[in-house]
Amino acid sequence: MTIRIALRNLLHDRVRLAVTLTGVVFAVVLIAVQGGLFVGFTQATTCVIDNTEAEIWVASRGVRNFDVTHPLPPRKFHQILGVPGVGRAERVIVRFANWKKPAGGRESVEVVGFDPGSGLARPWNVPAGAMAALKLPDTVAVDALYLEKLGIAGGKGVGEAVEIGDRRARVVALTSGIRSFTTSPYVFASYENALRYTGMEDGQCTYVLVRPAPGVAVEALRDAIRRNVRDVDVFTREEFAGKTRHYWMFTTGAGMALLIAASLGLVVGGVVVAQTLYATTMDHLAEFGTLRAMGAPGGYIHRIIVIQAVAAALVGYGCGIVVSFFLVDLAARGGASIVLPPVLAVGLFFLTVVMCVTAGLVSIRKVTTIDPAMVFRGA
Amino acid sequence: MTAGETLLEAKGVAKTFTLGKVEVPALRGVDVSVRGGEVCLLMGPSGSGKTTLLSILGCILSPSAGSVSVMGRDTAGLPERELAKVRLAHIGFIFQSYNLFPTLRAVENVQVALDLRGVSGTDARDRALAALASVGLADKADVLPRDLSGGQKQRVAIARALVAEPAVILADEPTAALDSETGRAVIALVRELAVTRGSSVVIVTHDPRIADFADRVVRIEDGRIVANGEKTP
Repeated sequence: MTIRIALRNLLHDRVRLAVTLTGVVFAVVLIAVQGGLFVGFTQATTCVIDNTEAEIWVASRGVRNFDVTHPLPPRKFHQILGVPGVGRAERVIVRFANWKKPAGGRESVEVVGFDPGSGLARPWNVPAGAMAALKLPDTVAVDALYLEKLGIAGGKGVGEAVEIGDRRARVVALTSGIRSFTTSPYVFASYENALRYTGMEDGQCTYVLVRPAPGVAVEALRDAIRRNVRDVDVFTREEFAGKTRHYWMFTTGAGMALLIAASLGLVVGGVVVAQTLYATTMDHLAEFGTLRAMGAPGGYIHRIIVIQAVAAALVGYGCGIVVSFFLVDLAARGGASIVLPPVLAVGLFFLTVVMCVTAGLVSIRKVTTIDPAMVFRGA
Repeated sequence: MTAGETLLEAKGVAKTFTLGKVEVPALRGVDVSVRGGEVCLLMGPSGSGKTTLLSILGCILSPSAGSVSVMGRDTAGLPERELAKVRLAHIGFIFQSYNLFPTLRAVENVQVALDLRGVSGTDARDRALAALASVGLADKADVLPRDLSGGQKQRVAIARALVAEPAVILADEPTAALDSETGRAVIALVRELAVTRGSSVVIVTHDPRIADFADRVVRIEDGRIVANGEKTP
């Protein structure tokens, strides 16, 4: 009966129900989009690190994130190779460069130079066979998402001739779904080609990627490199990814802005739901007073309000998550990176229920203080 | 319930309301008792304390002094939670403005009284339908209150008050919103159903025409009982 009373109360005023649901949908969509942007950005900041096969990253001392760091002198690479326990080590370049569009104009790109032979930092989501082409001089791979930004959408990308750092380059492969957190698209090239595009000296690199020899623990090798090679920072893959994520998300304030926006969605949605549930409760105050006069336990009346809140949460979440997935799909076709993983969607469901039930507490407080004698005052 | 046994009793009940710094006495030492199967009218001018006494007898208000016992249980000093249990277990209410749930059908309104007592499902519906039939509304079970006349609404309220077979029925101006013929019919119905079941009935009213249906008329003025007379049949 409590379910029936709760649902009938909600449906009694359709306009108010619409406002309630709009509040919930607004909160769900805002939190989903902002949360999805946070997850998407977080993943984008470390996608290259996460997709490498190397367990250890070595960078110049004081590195703060993946995208911006000082070059390592050539001798560091050789010192690392000499550390006991190193199975394989490769030089990788990550550096910003100028991309000159075929039709004129320039664009900043982030060149990732790696060894196509072994490919510790090779691009992923790339068609089979395309990697071999990157071994050729003056060849690069770019992501299909950025063809227009890079001015090569007209020719569909592959085969287009451009200039990077005033050096000739030809697009020989397209990756898919490799987004850059910075506004500069990744351009993958062989280490040798990347040296020329970035103007670095022969033998220099920005990172040395290391795989331990069989049987050597990652942490032990990391510590060994720290002891044996001076003026470098050494991280496991997870440590470096975490450092980069923290830098972009929190040190720059970008992540906090997204989290604050998501929190605002929660607060605004909660206030709207609280206000409308309260108004619904006030509309039915006489009935709640009657129930109290009849001897209804507090739990009976509270249950009605909680059911109203949960019903609003369920319907509002259902509509909100559909809208959110639609927006995610829309964003995926554009440049924005909104990722709505199942764990976020499920977490958002529980958050919505908590938000609505919390909003209902205002109403519960009201009905708890109803004087049952109101029924004799013609209320 | 045994007819003739005292089911509801107030002894020396006083009630004072505080309005700002002013204390307003509403009841000044009222003694009243109602036996099973008895219909008692509380009559008096507006502001005489009738409704206050009804609220105290119904364990909705606590007296400032004196005691009230329901089915032999002294309710003085009980917390609201315990008073609610007493109301739920022993008292049925009929209100002046019906106080039906506008979003529930007639039968569902009656079912609420059973649901509060833990009776649900088919059993509750069957009992609610039987209660509606006893007040002559079997054919209105699935009608919303907005589609019922005033008399029909009050009959639904009576069915709701009686469905759980409480020992005590308290009615506040049950005929105030009804025309005289419907009012008399409603009171006759309450009397018939309550007396048959041996319940005590207390009715607050201004309407002298329904005195014919009472066993006793208690007159209150300025918070005091000025007449407490059993009527001769």
